Amino acid sequence: MKQDTAAELARNAGKRVFHFHGGLRLHHHKQASCKVAVQTLAIPPRLYIPLAQNAGPAAQPLVTPGSRVLKGQQLARFDEPSLGFVHAPTSGTVVAIARQPVTHQSGLEGLCVVLKPDGLDRWTQLDPIEHWRSVDAEVILQRLCESGLVGLGGAVFPTSKKVDEARKSGIHTLILNGAECEPYISCDEMLMREQPDKIVLGALILQRAVAAEQVIIAIEDQMGEVFSALQAALSRADCTDVRLVRVTTIYPDGGEKQLIQVLTGLEVPSGCRPPELGLLCHNVATAAAVAEAVTEGKPLLQRIVTVSGNGVKRPSNLLALIGTPISNLVDACGGYTEDAARLVLGGPMMGYALASDQNPVIKAANCILVLSQRDVQPGQAEMPCIRCGECARVCPALLLPQTLNWQIRNDLLDQATDSGLGECIECGCCDYVCPSHIPLVDWFRFGKSEHNLLSKARAQSERARDRFEAREARLEQLRQDRTRRMNEKKQALQDRPPSPDGAPGRGQP
Amino acid sequence: MRQVLYALCPGIVVYTWFFGTGMLMQILLASAFALLFETLMLKVRKQPLALFLNDGSAIVTAVLFALCLPPLAPWWIACIGMFFAIVITKHLYGGLGYNVFNPAMVGYAVVLISFPQAMTQWLPPMAIAPVDIGFLDGLRSILTGHLPAGLTWDAVTQATPLDAIRSSVANGQTVAEARHLATFGDVGGRGWEWVANAYAAGGIWLIWQRVISWQVPTALIGSVFLLGLAGFVLDPGSNPSPLQHIFYGAVVLAAFFIATDPVSGCTSPHGRLIFGAGVGILTLIIRRWGAYPDGVAFAVLLMNMAAPLIDRYTRPRIYGH
Repeated sequence: MKQDTAAELARNAGKRVFHFHGGLRLHHHKQASCKVAVQTLAIPPRLYIPLAQNAGPAAQPLVTPGSRVLKGQQLARFDEPSLGFVHAPTSGTVVAIARQPVTHQSGLEGLCVVLKPDGLDRWTQLDPIEHWRSVDAEVILQRLCESGLVGLGGAVFPTSKKVDEARKSGIHTLILNGAECEPYISCDEMLMREQPDKIVLGALILQRAVAAEQVIIAIEDQMGEVFSALQAALSRADCTDVRLVRVTTIYPDGGEKQLIQVLTGLEVPSGCRPPELGLLCHNVATAAAVAEAVTEGKPLLQRIVTVSGNGVKRPSNLLALIGTPISNLVDACGGYTEDAARLVLGGPMMGYALASDQNPVIKAANCILVLSQRDVQPGQAEMPCIRCGECARVCPALLLPQTLNWQIRNDLLDQATDSGLGECIECGCCDYVCPSHIPLVDWFRFGKSEHNLLSKARAQSERARDRFEAREARLEQLRQDRTRRMNEKKQALQDRPPSPDGAPGRGQP
Repeated sequence: MRQVLYALCPGIVVYTWFFGTGMLMQILLASAFALLFETLMLKVRKQPLALFLNDGSAIVTAVLFALCLPPLAPWWIACIGMFFAIVITKHLYGGLGYNVFNPAMVGYAVVLISFPQAMTQWLPPMAIAPVDIGFLDGLRSILTGHLPAGLTWDAVTQATPLDAIRSSVANGQTVAEARHLATFGDVGGRGWEWVANAYAAGGIWLIWQRVISWQVPTALIGSVFLLGLAGFVLDPGSNPSPLQHIFYGAVVLAAFFIATDPVSGCTSPHGRLIFGAGVGILTLIIRRWGAYPDGVAFAVLLMNMAAPLIDRYTRPRIYGH
């Protein structure tokens, strides 16, 4: 009942701009990479296409080493149907299917298709859905799934799955998230400037797929050019139920939960997803990819990647094929500066360090950040927590990070979970303000995975105990049955009329 | 921590201006003992010396403790106080960040209870002092415990405003009558009220610099004002006015510098309001009914005990819950 009223309230999304708790006003550092237009990166000599996009089982290869493939051809199929396929980013020959370092926090290796491009970039047969306004929503969903579309904001959740789940709970408002809040990252900003029509088209297709009444495109108030570009695109597309909303630039306003709070004043209830409120959130880059997948039939083969930071000579945005080694991107930006110190995938707040620039670009790779020696500041030693509470002041999830830190360090994982560890969005605000330089988010990630392991171990021992108890019960039942049968037999013998020779209970064969 | 020291400077300067250089010597003595005990304990606990000596926390403890001492208190007061503050309260509980109690206040409470005579020998402001004790005489007195020839403690010391009110009320006088004594100023004690103003200026700068939060000072001073107002309205004869309550004793110092210690206080915003209000209310209760004229130190220590419980029940509502 309460959810229904919340969903009704959420209909007013975007009419007023609200605030979320905490957050930080950070220096954007976006200008450096926004000066030049997005350049298309030349096809590299080798592509390393990972067969698993995220933590999850890898896709089953459909090609073998030596196979010639066309651009857009399916290379592998996921067992889970909603995950769709892995596609060839360009035409060429499969050289190997081997374990390679993949771009993941773990730094582990994963199965990759190694492709040697032939330089011709020949497309496979494409199948555009021209009349997407009249086809069944199922057809659009099927296309999104086949095209390997995932959320390009960083979470890489399969788009078709997200849309399908949302459709079932009923969506009134589709939100396109253009609030790219992390410093340095400008790939979405450049996309919105250069291809606003494609984003609006994708928005309309997604709106059609979930039958939403209205669409909101949310951008930050510091993106001046973006606003006019999108507004022009909206008037060209002549759509009245799409609104452009500017939100105050406070990190992390681009987080899904935070953006929803800013637009509606409502919080997504714990354990629920935005569709419970009748809302569906997609990244603007995902919307553009939806437009390409549906109206042009092109699967997701490339993405815009921001290459920025003080450690790279000419920061810029590049349109790169999935699987391109990161070193190619850095080279295209003039290479490293002398004091380049650390390679980060993602932004300075939520990104993770990469061990090597041979790792390939993945669908989640929105930014390659090269930090310089002076950014890294190795000298700051960690001090004990003095409970100053700054972390709680900036936490957008309203957690008490210092308490969580203490609980995790003392192995009180259940208590930490009760204190809301699972609600941490790992935005890094607490890390940023901590005067004692405690790597809080690292501890929270550690705590989450430890608690995960603990829960699994508990579930397993629970199952083992159930099995043991079931076995005990079964054996007990057998014992009882046997005793009962014996008693019955005894009884039967006793009850038998005396035999002719006068010896009761005897005389059986 | 450095900023806390900077913020204390105006108060220390005004203090010295009104009461002479004895306070500076107490600060130096306490700081020296604090660093000595801190170094020893870090060595014993095998902690990195440079890292922890540079954080400034021991000096802050020492200065806050020294500011609570009578200017001519003998040197061993600082030694004993710092031993209990640094060794017992801080390091035996786990060092920086782990102490349950405010170290400076434990040190102060220990010497106040153990050596009541030495801890009540307060000097009047120099303007109304019968004799002027210079720097060297003061230093000699601190180190040897002997005043210059011909002087007795009774001659040089004077009751603090809170002492004066307490004894006057006990003798059947009203607070208004007691306030004719020279030790009183316009709203608080003579000189003391300006020291309090200087502390407040430093404290407001700390809030502006985001070193301390606004909740504790506001709640503490607010609760002293409101409770003081209630007492004053009900019985103006035996209770000072709320403003006087704020400017007497250590209320302002505690509000901005002592009760705001993050380690031994509350961390949640609501918890800090409760913590500050608790210190204010307990202070007035001790002033009115307790055995000591001022109760700030005991109030802070009592609230330190309650802080974890308050934190537990004032957790903010988590997003989405």
